Formats: sequence, C-alpha cells, structure tokens
Amino acid sequence: MSDAEQPKIVGASVARKEGRDKVTGRARYVDDMTLPGMLHGGTVRSSIARGKIKSIRFGPHINWNEYVVVTAKDIPGKNCIALILDDQPCLADGAVNHPEEPAVLLAHADRHKLWKAIDAVSIEYDELPAIETIRESEEQREIIWGTNNTFKTFLMEKGDVEAVWAGAAHVVEGEYFTGAQEQLYIENNGMIAAFDARDGLTVWGSLQCPYYVHKAMMKLFALPEEKVRVVQMETGGAFGGKEEYPSMLAGHAGLLAMKSGQPVKMIYDRMEDMAATTKRHPSRTRHRTAVSAEGKILGGEIDFAIDGGAYATLSSVVLSRGTIHAGGAYHWPSVRIRGKAMATNTPPHGAFRGFGAPQSLFAMERHMDHIARVVGLSPAEIRRRNFLQPGQTTTTQQKVSDEVNLGYLLDRALEISDYDAKRERFAAETFSSTKKRGMGMAAFLHGAGFTGSGERYLDSVAGVEGCADGTVRVLVSSTEFGQGTNTVLCQIAAETLHIPYESVVIAQPDTTAVPNSGPTVASRTVMVVGKLVHSAALGLKQTLVAAGLPGEAYTAEQFRAACGTFVAARGALKSYARYQAPPDVYWDDEKYRGEAYATYAWAVYIAEVTVDLPTYSVEINDFVALQEVGKVLNPILGEGQIVGGVAQAIGYALYEKVVWDHGRMRNNQMTNYIMPTSSDLPPIRVYFEEFGNPHGAYGAKGIGELPMDGPAPAIMNAVEDATGMRCNTIPLLPEDLFAAMKANREERLAEVTGTQGP
Amino acid sequence: MDGAVSIAKCDVTFTVNDELRTVHVFPMARLLDVLRNELGLSGAKEGCGEGECGSCAVLMDGVLVNSCLVPVLQASDASIATIEGLAKDGQLHPVQQAFLACGGAQCGICTPGMILATVELLERIPAPTPDEICEGLSGNLCRCTGYMQIFKAVADAAQRIAPR
Repeated sequence: MSDAEQPKIVGASVARKEGRDKVTGRARYVDDMTLPGMLHGGTVRSSIARGKIKSIRFGPHINWNEYVVVTAKDIPGKNCIALILDDQPCLADGAVNHPEEPAVLLAHADRHKLWKAIDAVSIEYDELPAIETIRESEEQREIIWGTNNTFKTFLMEKGDVEAVWAGAAHVVEGEYFTGAQEQLYIENNGMIAAFDARDGLTVWGSLQCPYYVHKAMMKLFALPEEKVRVVQMETGGAFGGKEEYPSMLAGHAGLLAMKSGQPVKMIYDRMEDMAATTKRHPSRTRHRTAVSAEGKILGGEIDFAIDGGAYATLSSVVLSRGTIHAGGAYHWPSVRIRGKAMATNTPPHGAFRGFGAPQSLFAMERHMDHIARVVGLSPAEIRRRNFLQPGQTTTTQQKVSDEVNLGYLLDRALEISDYDAKRERFAAETFSSTKKRGMGMAAFLHGAGFTGSGERYLDSVAGVEGCADGTVRVLVSSTEFGQGTNTVLCQIAAETLHIPYESVVIAQPDTTAVPNSGPTVASRTVMVVGKLVHSAALGLKQTLVAAGLPGEAYTAEQFRAACGTFVAARGALKSYARYQAPPDVYWDDEKYRGEAYATYAWAVYIAEVTVDLPTYSVEINDFVALQEVGKVLNPILGEGQIVGGVAQAIGYALYEKVVWDHGRMRNNQMTNYIMPTSSDLPPIRVYFEEFGNPHGAYGAKGIGELPMDGPAPAIMNAVEDATGMRCNTIPLLPEDLFAAMKANREERLAEVTGTQGP
Repeated sequence: MDGAVSIAKCDVTFTVNDELRTVHVFPMARLLDVLRNELGLSGAKEGCGEGECGSCAVLMDGVLVNSCLVPVLQASDASIATIEGLAKDGQLHPVQQAFLACGGAQCGICTPGMILATVELLERIPAPTPDEICEGLSGNLCRCTGYMQIFKAVADAAQRIAPR
C-alpha cells in the first residue's frame, strides 16, 4: 500500500490496544495473579515521627513459627532503596525518621492471621523531636538530615536583578502555598515476588518504571543484573505514585520470598497506601517582582521551597522542574530563582503528575493576577504584555524555538469561554447576590521529557520485532497505566511500517525481554520513546527492503511474507534505536542554564466559578482548556489525558486536603480524603492547537502533565474575581474560605476601628 | 481464639452469571473475596474496601452493590452479574462497545464497576439526561478520565441499546 492510499493511523482515534481486556474484566492486575504456595506479606510500621528503636517485641498468643519474619538484618545487599542518593532504608535499622516507616515484614498463607500478627508486634522507641514543616526545617531546631536539613538547592540567575528595583514603578510581593496531594490511583500498590537460588529474584507488580525497580533490587539483594527480573502487570493508575515507591514494595516482597522460599504477594489496602506511600510535595513560593508603569515585568526574585519528607528520594528532581517552571510563560529580562528541598519527618513526598511545576506555576499565575491588580490592568492584558515570544529567552536563557503564539492562544480561550462578556455580566449581576460569580485564567507551559542533560544520561533504547506471521512487536520498558502508551506506540510503528494498526502489538514490559527505554514519566513517552520506536521501525523497514521487500509501495501481505522469509532464514528480525541528543542542545548542570527541554507544551485555561456565600462552597460552572501540544497522535486519548488532568487539578484546588498529625496523614481513607466524583465536575471543554514539533515522533510533544499545572491558579483567580478574596493557599475547602473571609473581615475592622495601629 | 464467637464455614448457594454456584465459606466473608478467590472472577476490584469507590460493584438481583460491603450470606439465592458475564459468545455488550469507542476506559481498574453501573442505570433510565448520568455514576470513582468520556460512553451506549 502506498502512502497515498494508506489511511493515516497516526492522528486517528484508533481503539485502545488493551481496551477489550479492560472492558471485559480480563485484564490482569497484580492482585489478580496467584502462584502455587503463595504467601501474603505485610508490614509493621513505625508509629512515631522520629526516634531510636529500643526494642522490637513479638507478642505472646501468636505462634511465630508459622510466620516468615524479616528485619533489616536479613537484607543481603545494601539496606537502601537505590534511586539518586541511597539514603532511604528498605527497613528501619535502629532509628525511624517518619511515621509509617517499615521496620518488620511478616508473611503467612492466611491473610487474616497475618493481620493479627502485625498487630502483635510492638516497637519501643526513644522518641526524638520531629520537624513537621518547611519552616521548622529551615529554622534547624533539629537537624534531621545531612548538616542543614536541605536535600538540594538551585540558584538560577539571568541578567542583573539588583539593577531592576530602582526603575520599577511597582514592586509586587506575594507568598503562595500548596498542600500535599495523594495520587489516589484506584489500584493500590501491589507486588508479587518469587526467589530461587538459580534464577534469582522475579517481581511482578503495579509499577511505572521496570528498570528503576531492577536497579534497586540489584543493590538490595547484591545480585547481578541477569538475576533480577521485573515484570509490569496491568497497572490501575499511577500518576507518578508508582514511579519510585514500587522499588520499596518489590524489596519487601522479595525479602520475604527469599527468606521463605515461597512466592509472596503484598497488596496494600487503601489506608496503608495513603498513609505510607508518596504524595505531591507541599510548597511555599515567594515572589518579589519589579514592574514598569505599563505593566512590563522588569525582573524579580522567586524563592521556591518544597517539603521533601524524611528522605531524599526524587525531591531534587521535583525541585529542579519546579524551579525551571517558576517563571511561567513570561519573559523575564532579569531574574533570580532560588529553589530548595527541605527535610521533614513525614513519609517522603514523591513524583506526582506535573512534578514540581503545578506548585511553582500556581504561585506564578496567582502572582500575575496580583500584579494586574496593582498595575491596574486586566488579568488578560498583564499576561499579554509579558508573554514569551519566539526568539526571546526563558529563565534558563533557552531561546524559544517553538512557533508559539501565546497571544493567539489567549484570544482563542477568551473567545471560547466568552470571558469578557461574562466577567462584565457577573460583576453587575452578583453585586447584591449571595452567589458570587467570577472568571479566572492561567497561562502556562510545561517542558516535555527529562530536564537538561537528563535524556542523554538515560540513553534510552527502543526496539521493534518482526515476527514470522508478519506481526510486529514493539519492545519498550515504557509502561501503560491508562495514558495510552500501548496504543500510541503501536500507532507510530504501524504508520512508519505502512501496516495495519491491528498487526502491531506491544510486548509486556519484562526486563528480560525488552530494552530500557527509560522511565515512564516526565511527559516523555510519546515524544522521546515514540521517536525511538519510529527510528527502530525505519530500521526494520530498511532491513526488509535490503532483503527484497519492494521499497516504497508494498502491501500488508508482502510485508508479512517478507517477515516470514527473513525470520525463516535468519532466526529473528529485530531493530533497535538509541536516543541521540539533538546536536545544538546546550545545558549547564551547575548554573542551571541552557536548553532545559527540547520543547514545551503551552496552554491557556479559563475557569468560571460560583461562590455560594452562605455555605462558602465553590462550584466550577465551566472549564475551558486550550493547549498547543504539537501533533495530537490520538485525539480521544489526548482529550482523555487533558480532562483527567484537569479533574485531578480541580481536586488539588478545591477538595483534596491531606490532614497532617505529627507527620502522619490522618484522613487516609476515601471517606475523608475527597476526590471529585462524576457529580462534582463542570463540563471540561478541551481544545487543541497544533503548531508541530520537530523533536517528537510525527510532531508530538509531551501532554500528560500539562493539564495538572493550570486549573488550580485559574480557579483561585476566579474565586478572587467573584469575591475579592485573595486565596493564595490550596486546597481551598469551604472551611478555608470561611477562615479567609473571617480573617479579612477582622483585618478591615481593625483598620476602621484603629484597634491595630501601625 | 479468633474472637468471642466461633463461626464455622457454611455452604452458600447463588447464581453467578446465570450459573448456579455453591461455595463453602465463612458466612461473613465479603462477596468480593468470594467472587475473586473462590470463583476465580477477578473482574471486580478492591479499591477502598469501604464502599466509597465502586470498583468492586456487581449487580445483585439487578441492583448495583459494592461487593466489598456484602457478606456472602446475604447473597444466598441471589442472582449475581459480574463483568465476566456481560459479553455473550465473544460479542461485547453495547455498554462495553461504547466504553471502547468513546475512551471510557483508561487504566481500566474502575471499568468493570463503571460498566455495570452503566448497565444498571440504562435499565432504570433508558435515555438518561446528562444530570442523570452524572448522578447515576457518582458512586463509582475514576481517577483517570475526569468522567467526560465516560459520560459520552453512557450516552453512546443508550443509543446503541435503543430499539431502532
């Protein structure tokens, strides 16, 4: 079939590859798998935030001979979860640094007996004072990590910030806070492990990054790479929450399997998953901005701090992305951005869709509305005057090479949402009503792929295999957890090879069978791995052409025959492609300067809200999400990514509050940690603009994280438009709005009555 | 001792996907565990274990229930329908077809419960309004889709089922 006749597979909403299994209940998640002789594993965790372990007591009334018991001394390799720094123990050994830190592992064939035994283990501590917030960590009353409680700092400088203040018509300051957020994938973390002396360790689990787990198991068990096998099962949602934590759980299941000689399954229940695993980093951002009389940003300082929890895990990388995104989609002639990740005695915070950017962009986009108010311009106009233009440089001094036109995106979003007319109408109508209505916007960007030199270090490889029957298998460690990895990578291979989509399948991620195409994170899969699949498929085609396949115009039947002939003659037909950095990419890891990302996705989101004063509740009535994400390879999946991200971000802004109690999540249940249901959401209207991207497969950019960045500030800007209340902390639950309004009233009363003079 | 009252396993008989089944289980065992562990029907999933998320939803005598909250004894003589029984002879049910076509399933973990909730909704209300769809599915949580494509799938399924 020639190009002209071939219906385009890329760009079409072909059916999800594993969709049929999912709608029929046949898809196999880790808890659906059982192995002969399998035991159930469980975890005894710390009940305090910080202290020395004095003793571990195994209570009477339990026949401990029936149980497999594992403590830190059973670890054959290094007691750590290998990631960036090796500071997080797999099992507490002598000390604990956060509540819910794992200390003892138990296994038994009977789950009920397991739970009784977990309750019968008690740990005695010498308790130490704990650090609970960024501020306490900065004050260093206790040193709980390193020499100064600081996991990582960044300093980014552009231009001459000291010179901007004198010429400024306005200096605008603001402080912004975001809370922790639970990923709340509906499938809890789970893992099955089996161990034998000859083959080593095998784990099957719910996970995003098979080779992260692989690396961590090699170190924990002191095994060579060929003796660790990691297999991803169907994964019921992840959102970053199954990026680093699965290494911990795989280690635990593996240790129990090694000690017992039997397969061990560990499936967290919801309460354990919420209390013990990672969440989005809480943050604090301070802005101080010099602005001209015309509303142009002259320069400024941004201080971005995140709460990393008790161990370093991924905090340095989350901080990096948050720091780079802190200046938003605007041109800063001069800027100084400081970032720091602080230690606290809570379970480590970790990866969650957006990865630092939702935090710093919340601050930036709230701050833009603040600047607009001070200067006396509309929220739209202040943004328009400061938008990054092609050819200008970002805060990392990267020249904007995308053909982006943010002014156009803004105009489109204003038009679709009927922004101006509604804003005017609401101002008039709601003046005397207890239902206050308002409009809010956010304009932002999100960098696709790993930061700076990250993709070069990853050195990813992807492959395609032609089978004897003409089926093509895509070989990657990139995982499917709902986003559409399987489907889109198969679309790319099919398009490149001019064969039907139905002829392409994806191999189950298994470290013994697929190459390391890198972690499934950072909005990199379609753009970076997709490009590798494209290159590998081109390589496969060239091989077949060299072996006699007609070069340009071949039928699916001819392709099948060529695969069959090749495999019969040579045994196997595989083609691999390795990541090659674009030649003109420059990045300075020390100064944090240069090409931070190969490309960016750009967006303008607009929220329309009603605030009901008697109940202090915020309802979103309409939500417009307009973005430029390069070529959309599968419109239904693309829209699904945006709507899903917006819904999570609405939860982030208005519903999802982690209540902390001495470092422990108190509301670790779905009954009291509230995510949006189908009746809580507005119509979420999605629009794509396609400017294209030379770096991604068929012009695609990253898409997965972008929709997490904009909704929260757009909603809080709308709340301010409706009520005049400056809500700079999320989440904003009715009780928070109540408290904010009360504080505001008291402040004004004090002003009027002079009870609190200067 | 396992508690003050010692309760023995007993036989419980019910119909699952039109097939009569008898299981020998503790009377207070959760229907969810019995389906998954005794009968090998792993389509119903545990998301929260407290009736909040709906991932374990099945139909019991035509009514949508969270099987994590149903003691198996309560299912005696009932007729249970699970996701595994929905497609007949390899032919997907119209609701399954609609979920596939409209992007109603992403990670898939809520999908069995969501599809059964849709089947039940369309039984009660063959042509639901958008508000009836939102309300009808509000007992089933989905973290991936933001629900919009699920709503489309429900509307699409109603069309597919409607007599021409």
